[in-house]
Amino acid sequence: MIVMTDERHGPVVEVPPAAASHGYWRGVFSRLAKDKTAIGCTVILTAIVLAAVFAPLIAPSDPSVGSVLKRLKPVGEPGFLLGSDELGRDMLTRLLYGGRMSLITGIVPVALALIIGGGLGTLAGYMGGWINSIVMRTTDVIFAFPSVLMAVAISGALGAGLENMLLALTIVLIPPIVRISESVTTQVRSLDFVEAARASGAGSLTIIRAHVLGNILGPIFVYSTSLLSVSIILASGLSFIGLGAKPPTPEWGLMLNALRTAIYSQPIIAALPGVMIFIVSLSFNLLSDSLRSAMDVQR
Amino acid sequence: MFEYLAKRLLYAVPICITVSALCFSLVYLAPGDPLSAVLPADASQEIIDDVKAQYGLDKPVYVQYALWLGRAVTGDLGTSIGSGRPVAEEIGQAIVNSLILAAFASVVGFTIGSALGMIAGYHSGSTTDKMVSAIAISGVSVPHYWLGIVLVVIFSVKLNWLPAMGAGAGGSQAWQWDWEHMRFMILPAITLAAIPTGIITRSVRALVADTLSKEFVTALRAKGLTERTIFVHVVKNSAPTALSVVGVQLGYLMAGSILVETVFSWPGTGLLLNTAIFQRDIPLLQGTILVLALFFVGLNLLVDALQPLLDPRISRS
Repeated sequence: MIVMTDERHGPVVEVPPAAASHGYWRGVFSRLAKDKTAIGCTVILTAIVLAAVFAPLIAPSDPSVGSVLKRLKPVGEPGFLLGSDELGRDMLTRLLYGGRMSLITGIVPVALALIIGGGLGTLAGYMGGWINSIVMRTTDVIFAFPSVLMAVAISGALGAGLENMLLALTIVLIPPIVRISESVTTQVRSLDFVEAARASGAGSLTIIRAHVLGNILGPIFVYSTSLLSVSIILASGLSFIGLGAKPPTPEWGLMLNALRTAIYSQPIIAALPGVMIFIVSLSFNLLSDSLRSAMDVQR
Repeated sequence: MFEYLAKRLLYAVPICITVSALCFSLVYLAPGDPLSAVLPADASQEIIDDVKAQYGLDKPVYVQYALWLGRAVTGDLGTSIGSGRPVAEEIGQAIVNSLILAAFASVVGFTIGSALGMIAGYHSGSTTDKMVSAIAISGVSVPHYWLGIVLVVIFSVKLNWLPAMGAGAGGSQAWQWDWEHMRFMILPAITLAAIPTGIITRSVRALVADTLSKEFVTALRAKGLTERTIFVHVVKNSAPTALSVVGVQLGYLMAGSILVETVFSWPGTGLLLNTAIFQRDIPLLQGTILVLALFFVGLNLLVDALQPLLDPRISRS
């Protein structure tokens, strides 16, 4: 602020031009960039995803080739940085490859549920009336099943297999996303600016696209990120009891189950796949919490 | 109050009916013929028809559903294809075992969760709060089937303090209230309690911190009330929500114990489900899921019914 004296008008306060608004999302990202937990989790998750994607390039050996002579070698054995599994396959290699399946089976159902559930919830919230009733009452019924039971029931009845497991997980994850989407859409729909848009003649699609979506996508997206952790644990859990990936596919849950026989001889190796699931699920949870508080403008 | 309860009860009826229909439709989700599991590959047409009639599979779908529902209401859930025993009988003991395990886990989760949540809520923003929050988020993020294995490695394999699996010495399945049986309970109960402990800690922490920031607490302090009296007010204000969280969690524990029961070979409904799935025993799968889902609906109803008793504000709104 510069105070100058004008000859005719006395002191004049020159107001600096208003700084351009940084926008909501830039604010969110700058808050996230200051959050050490968020940065740490992003780094860990990025590293794990990259390691899984580039597993064929960085893995020291073949994930499916083992040797009976090299079964259950301890961690640090020459040639086996993280030991070997019950069939003599290199653990490091299998953990790297295992991330591919575990991450896909954890993330894909959430993405599908976000599209389907978000769509249904937005529709129900915006249209109201009987459409809302049908969508929400159906959701209530699926909600009457606890998620694990529902996932086990569907993939159990359909039979073991990857597609069936993905289908089961997606069905389980849709209802919570529908509920959140419906409630935020209902809130936004009754706001004055939506009313104003309608009064000035905008059609439903235009209103949804221009006014509603921008205000609801954030909360729905953040909520969905909190489901990633649940989905990873459930997906690996289903593989753990034999309903997901099939041997010899490297998958963390399946590896954890196969190595249960090794808890007496090589307990550390037996626990390794679970450590990976834990790290990924914890990182997703922490990141989701950080994202939520970064997006919460009221605080 | 009565009106509120009646409304809740009425609301549960269509849910129960749809839940039963979904359970029934599981048969049609299943690929292949469930009969192929019980019949030898070279069974004659006569035997196939006979068994079909016995299981009611020769009638139209809606008739099958009506018959199934009619029998289910009277407690007849059909015969297990795997064992040949009535499904209701198979579920009976298993559900008792699961309920005992879930109840123990709930008690553990509620006690530790409330205590940690209270401490964190009272010291909101402090290092203690951050440590408790770290424990809580680990609790909700941990793959509990892995936690179970880790606990077995530590307490059964390394220290040899507690048994690694089963519910009693020599594969005994019947629960008894003595130390011999309790020992088998400890590890699975702690494993199962991890998630509810995390959830309850987080809810209680938020509730307590929120209550403490309310104006009435400042007013109580201004009036000169002791911290102990204020604590009673905080508990009174947080208890209804905390209890409903626990109630719902008990339902999730009953239904979600399949992974933990598999790790510990705990003879409950989870292990039963596991058997049903891998033996393709559809009547057993249907029956177990129906009983668990109805239990969950009933439990939610009970929580809804009890809440206005604890918190009179609810029935008024």
